[in-house]
Amino acid sequence: MAQKTIAGVNLEVTDEGYIVDSSQWTEEIAKEIAKEEGIELNDKHFEVIKFIRDNVDAGLTIRKIGKSGIVDIKGFYDLFPGGPLKVSTKIAGIKKPASCI
Amino acid sequence: MKKILILGAGTGGTIMANKLRKSLDREDWDITIVDKHKTHYYQPGFLFIPFGIYNKHDVIKPKANFIPAGVNIIYSDVDKIVGEENKVLLEGGKILNYDFLIVATGTRVDPTETPGLKDELWYKEIFDFYTVDGAVALRDFFETWKGGRLVMSIAELPFKCPVAPLEFVFLADEYFTKAGIRDKVDITYVTPLPGAFTKPIATKMLGNLLKEKNITVIPDFYLESVDNKEKKIKSYDGQEIPFDVLTIVPVNKGDDMIERSGMGDDLNFIPTDKHTLRSEKYENVFVLGDASNIPTSKAGSVVHFAAEVLFDNMMCAIKGRELRAKFDGHANCYIETGFGKGSLIDFNYETEPLPGTYPLPGVGPFGLLQNTKMNHYGKVIFRWIYWHMLLKGKELPIENEMSMAGKKKS
Ligand SMILES: Cc1cc2nc3c(=O)[nH]c(=O)nc-3n(C[C@H](O)[C@H](O)[C@H](O)COP(=O)(O)OP(=O)(O)OC[C@H]3O[C@@H](n4cnc5c(N)ncnc54)[C@H](O)[C@@H]3O)c2cc1C
Repeated sequence: MAQKTIAGVNLEVTDEGYIVDSSQWTEEIAKEIAKEEGIELNDKHFEVIKFIRDNVDAGLTIRKIGKSGIVDIKGFYDLFPGGPLKVSTKIAGIKKPASCI
Repeated sequence: MKKILILGAGTGGTIMANKLRKSLDREDWDITIVDKHKTHYYQPGFLFIPFGIYNKHDVIKPKANFIPAGVNIIYSDVDKIVGEENKVLLEGGKILNYDFLIVATGTRVDPTETPGLKDELWYKEIFDFYTVDGAVALRDFFETWKGGRLVMSIAELPFKCPVAPLEFVFLADEYFTKAGIRDKVDITYVTPLPGAFTKPIATKMLGNLLKEKNITVIPDFYLESVDNKEKKIKSYDGQEIPFDVLTIVPVNKGDDMIERSGMGDDLNFIPTDKHTLRSEKYENVFVLGDASNIPTSKAGSVVHFAAEVLFDNMMCAIKGRELRAKFDGHANCYIETGFGKGSLIDFNYETEPLPGTYPLPGVGPFGLLQNTKMNHYGKVIFRWIYWHMLLKGKELPIENEMSMAGKKKS
């Protein structure tokens, strides 16, 4: 664990940069983490981020986000290039999803 | 007369039928189990069929052999669970009522979820080995194959027996070495995971083994489609991998019946309390094995350990008591690594696979995250244990809860 100041807020983050207490998350923080990932957030991004934050307890998969009605899987990759689930959850201020095996 | 109904007479359903019949009075409790197939498959054996180690007859037996006297068995497709009314509809309209329901309908592979997978090349140059038919077709193909690019790809998470595709490439390495054409066979392991396995210590150990055996790993590859003309697999972010033969773990899903019953998540797995194994939707419905969404491996060993917990909790539920037993997610998987050796991982919800010895500290005889001959025998013996002890719900000489004894934390 480490401390990091993002958008003026002092936050505890994991070694990989995921915010530990997701209640401290704000849209400003999201924008700044996104910038570090080379992403400029638009409305579509925020719709996806909201879906992710709302569904965190039900378990998240790329397939599930592809069925969200907001983006298809390809669109999800376009919004968050690289590992879309890894990147989007970091920006959404939640824990990195663990693959269950 | 009260009624317990079990859906699915695979690993989990069969174990529960045996355990419950032994403990519950026949005068008071009627037990019925339903399955659409009459044949019980020893699924871990499928892995060995493509390499001619087992044949079809080594992995099948009649289901009826394992269902105890005093349990009604019905061979029929389940159409739907109506949880609000405590009843199950079978295909053809028959209705079964229950006081308690156990859903153990497992998971199956669905190649139609991936565009181009079940197409022109299906069972010609594209194979799964998660079904008997796929495994047998692949054996026939390998027998005359002259070499080329062998690509092992995993379509989606979660999938049952997460070590099986790793074992598959290890055994392929041995098979083609012995056939004298290993230098003509290029083996690539393609996974949506960031590495060979999920958890760091096991990933490192298995990653090194893959490297030693000259097997290329392509991580973070999320399969979008298969191009039958160009013989390539494509990912959502535009990567392409060419193949001469593609072996695939297709998307794993719970049975469609779960969807028809409105009980599943987006892959038809049933939301289940990971400790009590009770369904989140209905008080008197329990879920055992691959059919549930609990965050541990979908594996026979898990089903076996979970069955102990489920049995205790069923006994509580029957008496109207609070559910006391708590499942810890314990999994124990032998990993065939080729040339008569094997590895072993033992873990649960909280503890990742660690090196050490199992089950006895310092003694073993099995080595955790080690590559030994003894571990290979463990896997071989497992088939005997499965048919003769596990399915019949007999006590095995290993602890149900994971133990830290023998494990090394670095
Ligand atoms: C290639 C391979 C290798 C494996 N290796 C290992 C290993 O080494 N170690 C290990 O521990 N595990 C291994 N496994 C996994 C193990 O076989 C499964 O996890 C285990 O069998 C799951 O048990 P289950 O009771 O949940 O489901 P299953 O045993 O799959 O049983 C489900 C049953 O439900 C029935 N059913 C489903 N839907 C319906 C319906 N609508 N109506 C009626 N009946 C229905 C099916 O016919 C089936 O009989 C392997 C699996 C595979 C495929």
